[in-house]
Amino acid sequence: MGKSLYQKVWESHAVRTLPNGQTQLFIDTHLIHEVTSPQAFGMLRDLGLKVRFPERTFATVDHIVPTHSLLEPFEDPQADEMIRQLRKNVRDFGITFFDVTSGLQGIVHIIGPENGITQPGMTIACGDSHTATHGAFGAIAFGVGTTQVRDVLATQTLAMAKQKVRRINVDGSLQPGVYAKDVILHIIKVLGVNGGIGYAYEYGGSVFDNFSMEERMTVCNMSIEGGARCGYVNPDQTTFEYLQGRAYAPKGAAWEQSVQRWQALASDPDAHYDDMVEIRAEEIAPTVTWGINPGQGCAITDRVPNPADYPQAERAGLEEALKHMNLQPGQAIKGVRVNVAFLGSCTNGRLSDFREAAKYLKGHRVAPGVRAIAVPGSQQVARACEEEGIDKIFTEAGFEWRSAGCSMCLAMNPDKLIGDELCASSSNRNFKGRQGSATGRTVLMSPLMVVAAAVTGRVSDAREVFGVGELVDA
Amino acid sequence: MALEPVKQVRGRAVHVPANDIDTDRITPARYLKVVTFDGLGEALFYDERFNADGSEKPHPLNDPRFQGASILLVGANFGCGSSREHSPQAIYRAGFRAIIGESFAEIFFGNSTALGVPCVAAARADLETLVWAVKQEPGLEVTVDIENLEVRYGERSFTIGLPTTAQKALTEGRWDPIADLLEAGDLLEQASARLPRATR
Repeated sequence: MGKSLYQKVWESHAVRTLPNGQTQLFIDTHLIHEVTSPQAFGMLRDLGLKVRFPERTFATVDHIVPTHSLLEPFEDPQADEMIRQLRKNVRDFGITFFDVTSGLQGIVHIIGPENGITQPGMTIACGDSHTATHGAFGAIAFGVGTTQVRDVLATQTLAMAKQKVRRINVDGSLQPGVYAKDVILHIIKVLGVNGGIGYAYEYGGSVFDNFSMEERMTVCNMSIEGGARCGYVNPDQTTFEYLQGRAYAPKGAAWEQSVQRWQALASDPDAHYDDMVEIRAEEIAPTVTWGINPGQGCAITDRVPNPADYPQAERAGLEEALKHMNLQPGQAIKGVRVNVAFLGSCTNGRLSDFREAAKYLKGHRVAPGVRAIAVPGSQQVARACEEEGIDKIFTEAGFEWRSAGCSMCLAMNPDKLIGDELCASSSNRNFKGRQGSATGRTVLMSPLMVVAAAVTGRVSDAREVFGVGELVDA
Repeated sequence: MALEPVKQVRGRAVHVPANDIDTDRITPARYLKVVTFDGLGEALFYDERFNADGSEKPHPLNDPRFQGASILLVGANFGCGSSREHSPQAIYRAGFRAIIGESFAEIFFGNSTALGVPCVAAARADLETLVWAVKQEPGLEVTVDIENLEVRYGERSFTIGLPTTAQKALTEGRWDPIADLLEAGDLLEQASARLPRATR
């Protein structure tokens, strides 16, 4: 029986077995940011330890960065203290830092891939749960806590237990107006927000074969929302074409050797999987969330659940979600009033996201009373958009065009919801309070659906608003 | 680095209901704008416990009957979402030393174990009976026995789940893995020499 990529990478990175039975796993690439690293550096100093392989750690600043002005000191003294701490730490320990002045700053899960730091077959760790994004390249990438950030800094290894592997095949053709975001929201809806606990997700099938790297990243990014700490796609020609020529990718003879090695790392055709799931692409609709976790989603044409239709044990959870969202049992999700539209984040803050949204947004206006912001995921994404005039399309439509950062995905910066505002958001989490107001409400959706919501002021079917393809369902 | 073995946690318990409690709820993101973990106990479930004006909401952690509890009783998929260690840090700093739930999100579980806070899994029915008993008698002493994988209270007991690796780490005082990881010594250099690195 053959091996999965996960198994191959795990075996090649196992340093030894620890006394408690866990594996000491070598981490090829460590990514850090300002939120989950300062305490790790503090622990390192307390223990009198050094960064063992500083050339294997890369730093950026993303969560706390204001997107309206990079003027320092930042208005928020806590944010200012965090960026200053990070600068001190990378200087003291000799770590490469993509600072705001570098022209390369951005969300950690966007800059790794775009600089070629993320490569197939690598183990990648970051103190951030969306690290599985890098799995799009066939890397085994996962989020860790701050104590583990310290472990990687001090030893370049982690104490880990091997996971099971679930293969998720999505085969067939996606309907017009259905995007990678809909695919992952659909997967989470089907398998549940805790369905992936204990598993690495291997995504495959014709839909993934045909996806661009950016689409693969969108899906892998939200693996954790389905409970899977790690999710990946096997590397193929699309992967290699994306990587070739990027700053940190192998060059010359090393490139050819690397491609050969990467090809051999892909899961064997007869690989063992602990579980297999088959999903038909045609069944996936433009999907939006109606509740307070990413699994509480439905097709845009659907109605939100009526708790009375569900078993007693599930009702309290549904009622809590509907109450928070201020939705009536069984009401249509389409037509719900939107106050804010947010396009950006490590899920959907890449060039192709803005390009696709701009293609349809052109000539439309943001509805009166809607606050709409477009936030490129990195300074490189921002420049690429600006070179294509995409920023103009957004600003002419009434969006604010911001600078790179996590922005309103988690509101550790000035971009926040106010009161019980409802946000049509291309980000990854609709948890209570996630976007900066305890009573704020989030509806997750694809970038195109966000601009549709922005121009209509309501949760809308982008296929109707922009005449995308043919309408298939009623 | 000698660590205290965690073989047993004994104390009073408090129940925070609902499934899929995410780490944004446990510690709202604004409390992450810190460079140390000091004082995070105050942040625990802040937006669930307090209104915007600082007045208290009805919440088990605001209930005087449960003050001083050291065992947290939760539902399924507790700690999902963000990897922020601030959440288990806040739970620890608020005085909790063990969590009993139906299931735990993976990153949260690892972060808690590395702080010496066991997250043990219980069957729903066992958990419901314990929750009921604690509500009847908030002063009830509950024992989480990590060595024997059992929870005991009053005349009752039930079996709990914990991966062997976490059980060994806790009971042998290896829950913070740094000492074990450092022992690899030259194996680290050897691994680094043979494994790929991004370089320009």
